[in-house]
Amino acid sequence: MSEAKKYPAPVTNPETAAFWDAAKQGKFMIKRCTACGEAHYFPRSICPFCYSDKTVWEEASGEGTIYTWSLMRKSPTGPYAIGYVTLKEGPSVQTNFVDCDLEKLKIGQKVKVVFKPTDGAPLPFFTPV
Amino acid sequence: MTIKGKAYIAGIYEHPTRHAPDKSTAQLHAEVAKGAIEDAGLSKDDVDGYFCAGDAPGGAWPMVDYLGLNTKKLRHVDSTETGGCSYIIHLGHAAEAIAAGKCSIALITLAGKPRTGVMPPRAAGAEADFESAYGATTHNAYGMCAMRHMHDYGTTSEQLAWIKVAASHHAQYNPHAMLKDVVTVEDVLNSPMISDPLHRMDCCVVSDGGGALIVTTPEIARSLKKPLVKLIGHGEAMKGPRGGKDLDLTYSAGIWSGPRAFEEAGITPKDIKYASIYDSFTITVLMQLEDLGFCKKGEGGKFVADGNLISGVGKLPFNTDGGGLCSNHPVNRGGMTKIIEAVRQLRGEAHPKVQVPNCDLAIAHGTGGLLGVRHAASTAILERV
Repeated sequence: MSEAKKYPAPVTNPETAAFWDAAKQGKFMIKRCTACGEAHYFPRSICPFCYSDKTVWEEASGEGTIYTWSLMRKSPTGPYAIGYVTLKEGPSVQTNFVDCDLEKLKIGQKVKVVFKPTDGAPLPFFTPV
Repeated sequence: MTIKGKAYIAGIYEHPTRHAPDKSTAQLHAEVAKGAIEDAGLSKDDVDGYFCAGDAPGGAWPMVDYLGLNTKKLRHVDSTETGGCSYIIHLGHAAEAIAAGKCSIALITLAGKPRTGVMPPRAAGAEADFESAYGATTHNAYGMCAMRHMHDYGTTSEQLAWIKVAASHHAQYNPHAMLKDVVTVEDVLNSPMISDPLHRMDCCVVSDGGGALIVTTPEIARSLKKPLVKLIGHGEAMKGPRGGKDLDLTYSAGIWSGPRAFEEAGITPKDIKYASIYDSFTITVLMQLEDLGFCKKGEGGKFVADGNLISGVGKLPFNTDGGGLCSNHPVNRGGMTKIIEAVRQLRGEAHPKVQVPNCDLAIAHGTGGLLGVRHAASTAILERV
């Protein structure tokens, strides 16, 4: 059961602390470069596309579609589905799919972010809409 | 500046073990080093360049000491770590060092014990907080690539299964292979699903073991007794999600390393008589064949079907030792054995049942890391003189 699964707390660092602070408020943040306009994930202080340091935090919609997925049938903590979600804002993010029938996942399916608790900041996951 | 023809592979050795509970990892490195040096007809005191990757206990300086290499002579060291393709990258770097006069006899070693020992953990990358909780493993990272490849190009599990079938046809002649039984497409499809859409038989074996190479100058190679095998082209590249923009998991960094190697060699994929292609999973082979230009992107499924990779049957004999899918996968790193079997083919030393007639041009290609996440690729093109 994904609900029972214990997830590791993020270590966090000065570059990404704002992401985890926002996660505690239930907000899913991405970074956007004000020089080239591109959004990226995971967040960096220097834009990976144009190398500008003019990157700013932006609250993402938390909505996206499944780019791909794979259901790991066995693990010490039971089956789990990894995948990438392409956010409405553009970037694709690695995640697990939770709170759903893992055998019915489909590429192109609409999903939304859902946070799961850890001993530290909560972690973002995605679930079908 | 090119490395074309400036370095020869003069010594090869693949450890026969697949299960080594009674040996240390360093010992396996020493055994493969000794094997390759003796295959070349040289002495350990001749070695003046040493190459190793993350599997070498403690890295280069403890290994140089443990192996008893001649430190008065050793003048070039490289411990580039790019997972399973490290040794194909080392081969290119050794050729560069030899071409630049920085060393003349390079030793490259790989060894380890994933079955009977503890595997050293990989250091965390900048992405750790944003990815490590999601449990990316080799199985599901390659599964994600296969899932999207099927979606975009209609690739099927039957087509992927043909890659394992071809490997099993070759493995039956390799006395050291872990899996010697010839399997069918149905066998692969009926094996348990591990991580969708990859079945157990889409996955390589886990084995202890290792391998080593001696790379040297044309002059020294000619003074030795082995058939001459020279490196004529080399490429390396890396790929990752890069901020998540335009994610496309249906191609690998091989799409860049391959053309670099072919351009340097001055040949095309059509000229290749034998291909060693890293087969961590069946999808790895299919994607690499496309990326290297053996067929168009999306047509890998059709290309590998119906035995096209079986020696004596198809147009492109591959992994005639049985590869990672059937023979071995020392330390979960398949690059070294890819080079070794390519050299055997070029020397005419492959098993007679799988030896490619008049094999004068071969490719050894591999990836390292996780194809669906971050990875490296390296391509070597070898010619029999």
